[in-house]
Amino acid sequence: MAEETVKKKELSERQLEKLASKKKPPKYKTSIGDKAISVITYIVYTFFAFVCVYPFYYIFINTISNNDLSKRGKIILLPEGIHFENYKSVIDLPNLFHAFEISVLRTVVGTILTVIVAAFLGYMFTRETMWKRKFWYRFVVATMYFNAGIIPWFLTMSNLGLRNNFWAYIFPMVVSPFYIVLCKTFVESVPKELQEAAELDGAGVLRIFWSIIRPVIKPILATIAIFAAVNQWNAFQDTLLLVTDDKLYTLQFTLWNYINSASSLKSVISSTGSSASAAATLAHAATTTSVRMTVTIIVVTPIILVYPFFQRYFTKGIMIGAVKG
Amino acid sequence: MGRTKKEMDLLAASAAKKKRKGKIEFLYILPFILLVAVFSYYPLWGWVYAFFDYKPPFPLEWKNFVGLKWFKSMFENEVKIKQLLGVIRNTFAMSGISLLFSWFPMIFAVFLNEIKCVPFKKFVQTVTTLPKFISWILVYSIVFSVFSSTGAVNQVLQDLKLIDQPKLFLQSADNVYFTQWLWLTWKEAGWAAIMYIAAITGIDEELIEAARIDGASRMQIIRHITLPSILPTYFVLLMLNLANFLSNGMEQYYVFQNAFNKDKIQVLDLYVYNLAFGGGGYSLSTAISILKSIISLTLLGVTNKVSKLIRGEGFI
Repeated sequence: MAEETVKKKELSERQLEKLASKKKPPKYKTSIGDKAISVITYIVYTFFAFVCVYPFYYIFINTISNNDLSKRGKIILLPEGIHFENYKSVIDLPNLFHAFEISVLRTVVGTILTVIVAAFLGYMFTRETMWKRKFWYRFVVATMYFNAGIIPWFLTMSNLGLRNNFWAYIFPMVVSPFYIVLCKTFVESVPKELQEAAELDGAGVLRIFWSIIRPVIKPILATIAIFAAVNQWNAFQDTLLLVTDDKLYTLQFTLWNYINSASSLKSVISSTGSSASAAATLAHAATTTSVRMTVTIIVVTPIILVYPFFQRYFTKGIMIGAVKG
Repeated sequence: MGRTKKEMDLLAASAAKKKRKGKIEFLYILPFILLVAVFSYYPLWGWVYAFFDYKPPFPLEWKNFVGLKWFKSMFENEVKIKQLLGVIRNTFAMSGISLLFSWFPMIFAVFLNEIKCVPFKKFVQTVTTLPKFISWILVYSIVFSVFSSTGAVNQVLQDLKLIDQPKLFLQSADNVYFTQWLWLTWKEAGWAAIMYIAAITGIDEELIEAARIDGASRMQIIRHITLPSILPTYFVLLMLNLANFLSNGMEQYYVFQNAFNKDKIQVLDLYVYNLAFGGGGYSLSTAISILKSIISLTLLGVTNKVSKLIRGEGFI
């Protein structure tokens, strides 16, 4: 009924419009306005895209250009005197490869544990039979809203022997309340009959989790995995506070050290007597700028390579987050 | 009678069985509950350090108990009050500018939605979200490369004869609030816009079609249909921003801080860190953390209430 009236109204309006357009000349005014908006929009968004792309491009062309020109800031639009000595010499830097291994290790181990635990707890918290389920759920979720502060946290980690310890990168991140909430919400949307049937067949809690719940909630797990992985890869504060042993430095922290001491590294590179420095001309000799930029490209590349393929998972993640508010 | 008793027995037995099952289920999650207790609740005990005169290598002793000394010491003399006020001013300025421009991602999303060329739209969306996923250290390194005295920005400005001397964007106390907002926006805005894009996709197509038939211009459609339908999303995010007013995090400001801009860039979170690891003021730093936590929790409670009053639901 209501739909019909709306349609009728629309129809009559359309007819009215037709009549109106017959009488009046076409409305140039609004269409010019609309076109102007289009043009401005394209210009502005091209600018935004440029602002986000150019810095990466700028650093990249500088790492492959003549180091002397690059040092003086002459490389702006196109590379000049292309060479790859910077990458060769930076690979020889002390600890860089080891730091890369540490970063990969913490990302892989941390992500796997975080995802499994989020899925498992998300599932367990939907089991109404559990002893004091609501209380424990709140106990976990409440931790999203408070934080003891840096010193108490630091002292706790020290007391637990987690300074200069690889597991300091993993343990504090394993139980992530936000991911657990996401998983719980997702599991709740799975039909209960599925579980009940399995239970009648004698399947235990773990069995149900692994063979029934886990396959069903895979999409959300993919999203969580990406977020957890990016968090682990980018983490910096834990190394800064807890680690003084350079064997445990992550790639991010190493980059930070390089940025702060690029000048001393330059001399390391020049003095290691690699083939690069033997033939070192001004164009290829490492400069503070070249070292800093090359390491930056090395650290950022994994993210840039991975990002386009996983973008839809990122997007999905924020939507699910948005539903929760 | 007997039958009912039998039934009762059965019921009691199944209830006991259920209870046992529930306890076993709890045992499965117990290890993780312990992890939460250790890493999130146990550190709260560290708040007692704020009431002691704590010197790191030595254990706490009752003779070092100082009561509220550290809390009072914050307002003890003019120098300290001035320092704390400076930090609070910085925190308010950084969070204030963010709040002031919090509409930006929304407008960004609204006009991005007006672009009809899908590949271009996808491209813009992809590249503007990317910075969200790189660390603050990388952001710093990138900003440093582009804005240093030999960086692209200074070179171009010099080539255009707009400046004679390279301008020091990072090693100066000028415009610190603005530049920090700029880096933050570069990193976060594209990502924040996704939420609004999702909200815009949810708008009823027929509504827009009807408006178009009525001769509404694009600006009119944006003003009367698009914006009103995404304002609730904006409101929720605004409330969350307000709740986090004191928590700017320290990473961004830590990597950008230097001797020149320290007085302007030191926000509360960074101040707490600098106090503790720069000057060894463990107890004072903890005392400030406590005050910050209490105010933040209050803010969260208040904004949640406001949200409940206006939208009918909170966000906790």
